[in-house]
Amino acid sequence: MPRWIYRRLGDRLFAGVVVALGLGLVLLALLIAYELYSGAAPALGRFGFFGFLLGREWDAVRGVFGAWPALLGTLITSALALVLAFFPALAAAIYVVELAPAWLKEPVAYLVDLLAALPSVVYGLWGLFVLVPPLRAHVESPLYLWAAAHAPGVLPLLGPPTGIGLFSATLVLALMIVPYASSLARDALALVPREQREAMYALGATRWEVIRGAVIPYARAGIFSGVVLALARALGETMAVTMLIGNSVELPYSLFGPAATMASLIANEFTEASDDLHLSALVAVGLLLLLIALLTNLVATWILNRMQLEGGRR
Amino acid sequence: MNPSVRMETRDLSVYYGKKPGVKEITLPIYDRQITALIGPSGCGKTTFLRALNRMHDLNPVVRVEGEVLLDGKNIYDPDVDPVVVRRRVGMVFQRPTPFPTMSIFDNVVAGLKLVGERDRKRLRQVAEEALKAAALWDEVKDRLFSPAAGLSGGQQQRLSIARALAVEPEVLLMDEPTSALDPASTQAIEDLLASLKERVTIVIVTHNMQQAARVSDHTAFFLDGSLIEFDRTEKIFTNPKDPRTEAYITGRFG
Amino acid sequence: MNLGRRRFRDRVMAALVVLGTLVVLVPLFFILFYVFAEGLGALNWAFFTQGPRPPGEAGGGMLPAIVGTFVVDLIALVLAAVLGLAAGILLAEYPEHPLNPPLRLVADVMAGLPAILMGLVAFVLVVKPLGHFSGLSGSVALALIMIPIIVRATEGVLKLIPWELREAGLALGLPRWRVVLSLVLPAARGGILTGLMLALARGAGEAAPLLFTAFGNPYLTTNPLEPMDTLPLKIFVYAVSPYEDWHRQAWGAALLLALLIMAASYLARRYAGGRR
Repeated sequence: MPRWIYRRLGDRLFAGVVVALGLGLVLLALLIAYELYSGAAPALGRFGFFGFLLGREWDAVRGVFGAWPALLGTLITSALALVLAFFPALAAAIYVVELAPAWLKEPVAYLVDLLAALPSVVYGLWGLFVLVPPLRAHVESPLYLWAAAHAPGVLPLLGPPTGIGLFSATLVLALMIVPYASSLARDALALVPREQREAMYALGATRWEVIRGAVIPYARAGIFSGVVLALARALGETMAVTMLIGNSVELPYSLFGPAATMASLIANEFTEASDDLHLSALVAVGLLLLLIALLTNLVATWILNRMQLEGGRR
Repeated sequence: MNPSVRMETRDLSVYYGKKPGVKEITLPIYDRQITALIGPSGCGKTTFLRALNRMHDLNPVVRVEGEVLLDGKNIYDPDVDPVVVRRRVGMVFQRPTPFPTMSIFDNVVAGLKLVGERDRKRLRQVAEEALKAAALWDEVKDRLFSPAAGLSGGQQQRLSIARALAVEPEVLLMDEPTSALDPASTQAIEDLLASLKERVTIVIVTHNMQQAARVSDHTAFFLDGSLIEFDRTEKIFTNPKDPRTEAYITGRFG
Repeated sequence: MNLGRRRFRDRVMAALVVLGTLVVLVPLFFILFYVFAEGLGALNWAFFTQGPRPPGEAGGGMLPAIVGTFVVDLIALVLAAVLGLAAGILLAEYPEHPLNPPLRLVADVMAGLPAILMGLVAFVLVVKPLGHFSGLSGSVALALIMIPIIVRATEGVLKLIPWELREAGLALGLPRWRVVLSLVLPAARGGILTGLMLALARGAGEAAPLLFTAFGNPYLTTNPLEPMDTLPLKIFVYAVSPYEDWHRQAWGAALLLALLIMAASYLARRYAGGRR
């Protein structure tokens, strides 16, 4: 075929296809936001955005929907899980990059990554049948009985020791985000140049002092990103939490008692939604989840930028 | 005039796995003099240098044999802690490595903080002295707390020197400290070496012969992991004993 | 602070790091142990060849779910690959194009979105118009999850290909599109396949977005317009049910999924690592 067709037309066509598909993806994203919004509109219109956000009652029978209990559940479980997960995740990352003998690095890293890739339902299955019974028998019940005898005022805070509830869901959630956060932290630590460590050693530092003084500071932006991504994952985690949290949208929550998160609420009720308002309310919960995820992302990016710029300022 | 010996190596050999990096080097390092290590790429001069402050400890495949004496005591003795060795024998690397998350001030005092020095006045004092000794004080005194990463390459290298000096080492090892710098910065650093040697013994690896000739008192010529010749710098460069030394000096190889 | 104290602290911190690592690894061993121990017994011939029995009856298998997993995931992969590869190529090979900043933003944001939201979207986009649940809607939901993974992997590996390869092609007189199609993409083949494999493994494990899209189906079907079952869905439904035999089968399905993930992880490490 004529040279110029081959070149110019080919280039135009190829670029055109690629750009069209790329544009399609961007439009798809906008469509996602739009569909979530329009699906949520009826419920939001009925209760008002803040009325819905802060509404403490979720009652499908009476047609009253407020997302606050689910929102609270999401925030509590995610924050607690992150707190529990942070140090082990960082420790495992430090171990693989700094402490492990050469032959052990790869296997440990592989195992951690494997844990991170395990599906949520498998964690839920394991949690349900392996974690919950001993948790109930050896942790929750004894604590409850002890409180009943010595500090009955604490009982409502503890809640019924059934094993299914906020506590076990948070534990499994923490278990799930540890490997994820760890492999991200590991990537950040591995990027620290050798010379940085050497320069610290050359000043007469012990290995821990090198890690704390040179490696972690250098990698702090990456570690922080990892934490944020892990938080985002925890916020949206559905299956394991749904299987372990008991799915009660009633406030107040107690430690051992059932609760709900935004994701578990949707998972539990969507297929049983009694009417259009119910359905719309659930989509609205989804919209809230989206907004929280975006907000987390935004705040994290802002903090990350300040971390990079903050260089040496006091 | 016989300067005293600060450090010396006796039959020092360094092996990377099975391969020898340097073989049986016996070399004195004279107190408060500048000793230059020259030779073509791969001749082992950097390997030798890193043995002087036990940097090879960080690499599990490296084996060190022989002795390295600091004030008469072998630094590889089992009862010697490498952390102590590295305080007494400091190092400046080829590429400037400021700690990017720290300010200029924090970089300089990083070594001091390791031993727990917290007194702000003392830290300030030491920082000022070290920066003056590294000929950097005037340029940074008004912005001590700005990020170290904002300095130019030559300034960053002088910062690394100040950082190393702040812990008051007895010996300073320099691994091609100017090879990554422009001529003006190179000159600035060469100029300060002369004043530095009054406080510390200096061992400098350089692939630039003219630099060795300019700054050092003694020069050691390495080739293929062996020490070929060691003498006062004027002698090495005007009347070398070994034909290989002469060949290298006159630029026939390397 | 004297040396002794510093040395002591160094040892204590090392011990704490090891302890933390064990905290991460010990549960893993527990989980894998139980999945294998409980699941192995369930993987019998019936598991792979039969459909489920009515609730309460022992026996039966997960054939519809196994087939469904394949169908839903493969369709999802195709949908995701088309958009994901194109986006990755656009970001890596045409970095000056004005579509890039919004595209990158979209890819980054999508990567962080909860899977269940994609299920909601697919419900609105496909289930509502069709009037019923379908494997196709499940594929759409999964595709939305897979796309960011593929975009990242593709862009990542394309950026690793040295510029000289493109220069050489252009110097030979090849037009830009030939350079990308015939030189760069084949060179990036390993990394791209790894990305696709990781996306597939991710999709295969998802249940949340399928709860109200593919929904589940006790009968074997390969028609994506009908509701379909997948292994993760089955695990969920069986695990929360009161039937012992269903619990047993859930472990079996979990084992199957775990083996799939392990294989994909291993291959990804080998081939992605090799490209670096």
